[in-house]
Amino acid sequence: MYKRLDEAGTAVTITVDGRQIAARAGDTVAAALIAAGIAHCRTTPVSGAPRAPYCLMGVCFECLVTVDGIGSRQGCLVPVREGMAVETQVGKREAGR
Amino acid sequence: MTKASDLAPSYDLVVIGGGPAGLAAAALAARAGLATVLFDENPGVGGQIYRAIGFSPVKDRTILGEDYWAGAELAAEAKASGASIVTGATVWSLDPARLVGVSIAGQARLIQAGRVIIATGSLERPFPVSGWTLPGVMSAGGAQTALKAQGLVPSGRTVMAGGGPLLWLLAAQIMRAGGRLDAILDTMPRRNWLRALAHLPDFVLSPYFAKGLKLLREVRAKVRVIRTDRIEAVGGDRLREVVFTVGADERRMPADLLLLHQGVVPNVNLAIAAGVAHAWNERQLCFEPVLDGDFTSSVPGIAVAGDGAGIAGGTAAAERGRIAAIAAVRALRPAAAVPDLQTIRQRLQREEMGRAFLDWLNRPADSFRQPTGDTIVCRCEEVTARQVRDTADMGCEGPNQMKAFLRCGMGPCQGRLCGLTVTELIAAQRGTTPAEVGYYRLRPPVKPITLAELASLPIAEAERKAVER
Amino acid sequence: MRTADVVIVGGGIHGCSTALHLALRGLRPILIEKDYAGRHASGVNAGGVRQLARDLHEIPLSIASMGLWERIEELVGDDCGFESHGTVLVAENETELATFRARVEDLRLRGFTHEELIDRAELKRLVPAVADHCPGGVVSRRDGAADPFRTTQAFRRRAIEKGAEVLEGVTVTGLTKVGANWRVETSAGPIEAPKVVNAAGAWADRIAAMLGEPVPLTVVAPMLMVTSRVPAFIQPVVILRGRKLSFKQLANGTVVIGGGHLATSNRDRNETVLDWDRLAISVRTVWELFPAMRAATIVRAWAGIEAYMPDGIPVVGPSSTAEGVFHQFGFSTHGFQLGPGTGAMMAELVATGSTNTPIDGLGIERFR
Repeated sequence: MYKRLDEAGTAVTITVDGRQIAARAGDTVAAALIAAGIAHCRTTPVSGAPRAPYCLMGVCFECLVTVDGIGSRQGCLVPVREGMAVETQVGKREAGR
Repeated sequence: MTKASDLAPSYDLVVIGGGPAGLAAAALAARAGLATVLFDENPGVGGQIYRAIGFSPVKDRTILGEDYWAGAELAAEAKASGASIVTGATVWSLDPARLVGVSIAGQARLIQAGRVIIATGSLERPFPVSGWTLPGVMSAGGAQTALKAQGLVPSGRTVMAGGGPLLWLLAAQIMRAGGRLDAILDTMPRRNWLRALAHLPDFVLSPYFAKGLKLLREVRAKVRVIRTDRIEAVGGDRLREVVFTVGADERRMPADLLLLHQGVVPNVNLAIAAGVAHAWNERQLCFEPVLDGDFTSSVPGIAVAGDGAGIAGGTAAAERGRIAAIAAVRALRPAAAVPDLQTIRQRLQREEMGRAFLDWLNRPADSFRQPTGDTIVCRCEEVTARQVRDTADMGCEGPNQMKAFLRCGMGPCQGRLCGLTVTELIAAQRGTTPAEVGYYRLRPPVKPITLAELASLPIAEAERKAVER
Repeated sequence: MRTADVVIVGGGIHGCSTALHLALRGLRPILIEKDYAGRHASGVNAGGVRQLARDLHEIPLSIASMGLWERIEELVGDDCGFESHGTVLVAENETELATFRARVEDLRLRGFTHEELIDRAELKRLVPAVADHCPGGVVSRRDGAADPFRTTQAFRRRAIEKGAEVLEGVTVTGLTKVGANWRVETSAGPIEAPKVVNAAGAWADRIAAMLGEPVPLTVVAPMLMVTSRVPAFIQPVVILRGRKLSFKQLANGTVVIGGGHLATSNRDRNETVLDWDRLAISVRTVWELFPAMRAATIVRAWAGIEAYMPDGIPVVGPSSTAEGVFHQFGFSTHGFQLGPGTGAMMAELVATGSTNTPIDGLGIERFR
């Protein structure tokens, strides 16, 4: 869906559901997911429908992901960091973690 | 990186939001000697208009255009002013006594402000069309953020739909960056011209006139623009095609990405939760805070500047921020030297001049604001237009009662993507006005906060001494 | 001149329930509400339907209410989201447990058996997520929870269907005796009726004052928080005694956290301002009691305005100065469960002059 204008920049590797993803310093988690072509980042707690980042500016809460064990973080507000473990969220997924 | 524990317990001025209004306000206030802190939840300042200014990987200045790069000066000014600028700081509460709840890297603090300037800007108007929740459908603002902050441009089959200045600007930026854009579906009703025309003379004199015309020409030369009054995103687990009507024809366009945009509206969540009175703006079809000439709200000591005060654009936002900051300085340090207010007001007036024309011309059609059938209105709780309309018919008179019946507006986005739609649907269904129906009563935290963050609040003196009832 | 058999002031669950029960008796009540039904405490409370840990004076009303809750759909045409998974009062140490044991024993001697002492094993069985330091508690197995706004609206709707009239956005400005009737001055004109019920919640002292019957009512606004949806992990409502906490997971997965820490409130402006330092106390309690909740997010917090009496129990019964006027207010942050039964009792009292449900000790004369 998206390409990078410039492939230069500091490479940062994160994992998404255990899979390694190449990101860049300056990416947010949500941007890294989009750049990697990951189609959706969660399913809804109501109907289980797949959702992907929508607004990328902290408004829509569609890009909720689990980051380093903490659930329901807004992926568009969290900068990537080397070794960061991102998990996509399936429905209701916070308690008991 | 500033940590929550580094913050002072109180500041003369807390500015919330680091876009043009917030940056200009913080710079002016700090220069005049106010102990000023600016909080922004994003990794860097600039707001949405100057998103990632100073960090953008987009090096070719022509792609984003000179208006974008102008933001660097504002950011530099704020930085040099002595204001504490704290990014990655989420403000989740503001009360009428100006106690500010903020979280930084998982740590929460309550900060007392002498004055507050809310500069949380705007957000894109909800665009509830069938299928808008599918992966592959994004807001145009989102795509622009990805371009500014990460240098990402659409490369698959891409369709834009809607209207308004941001849509056309993004289209130009994508083309300049060598991205792919297959078509623009223009949803703005042609008859908008009738209302807009009366304001054309003002617009011609405004700084937006020449720029706007040039932009339209640039885009139309390269991209197919199709006028439509109905669009639908279709797909299973993700977007497959965009369906739209032209006259009596239904057309289908395969697409990987659909970018939606029909203007911006004030981001009212924090101001409403703080108790600031709001009123319906019929021209801009949104709620906006009730403010005096200095942008002070109904709550003493709290001002709202920038697009959050009513949509007027980035340059106007900075001037509004300065005016609000001067009011703060005059209240707290009457003797301090400040820039000439009259000059700023004149600049602001010039900026706001063409607004009426743009507003009337880009007023979204009823059918794109008041959906029907199974179109989802509340994305978080998956509430449909039919449910909202039926519940209004049953006697539900307002959005707060609607929350109790359908849970619309009660998910994590706290009504940001459904509030206006729900208000307008209730008004339409009950034959009354949005002003009469009102908006969600919003409650803090205006951003979800983890239990861990809340538990991390420093234990208050009161609690240590508390004798529980 | 508008007339009615009874004018009810206040559209909370109590006013709406009394309106319904009066209408069911064939009377024609008019209910006056200054905002809309369920706008305040009745619509935004924690929704606990609890017989557990009640003051002795309230127990008969609470038991009468429980019977109605268990057939709530039949009564109001809506299940009100009522689910019965019990309420558990958790003891955090042996001293608390000993106090609870004495209370349960005392109730048993008085003939009340709804509270039952449980040991550590039964506590863990009922509330597996509870922290290990808790040695037991008390359960009331028929208790549960309901959706407060939906419930209040259901009573309102059914009352109207049965012949009650509900005037919303209307305020009462005066109350005078005219012959055999009370003349209720309102912002929508005067209404005359032989009987008046004061169910005005946090504003009820103002109605009482119109009768020359001042009461020491305090306006309070207990705070509540709700989390985003989390997987189902707890069924009963959990409450504590030593620290303030009520804790409950709704069917939709969200968890409501309350317990009585107060916001500051202004009843003239319908305004509440949350106290985050105190909410943080609730959160730390949850943190210790339910470790599984630590990663959950709070999406909203709020407070509803209501009345608190100095002795923590309501004012229910006839006015001590004004014949034909009845009081039903001051439920002191635990009136939701009492709504159905108190409305039924009040309708009986208003219609017949007496009631079979004991309300001893709840009269307004105790404040003279």
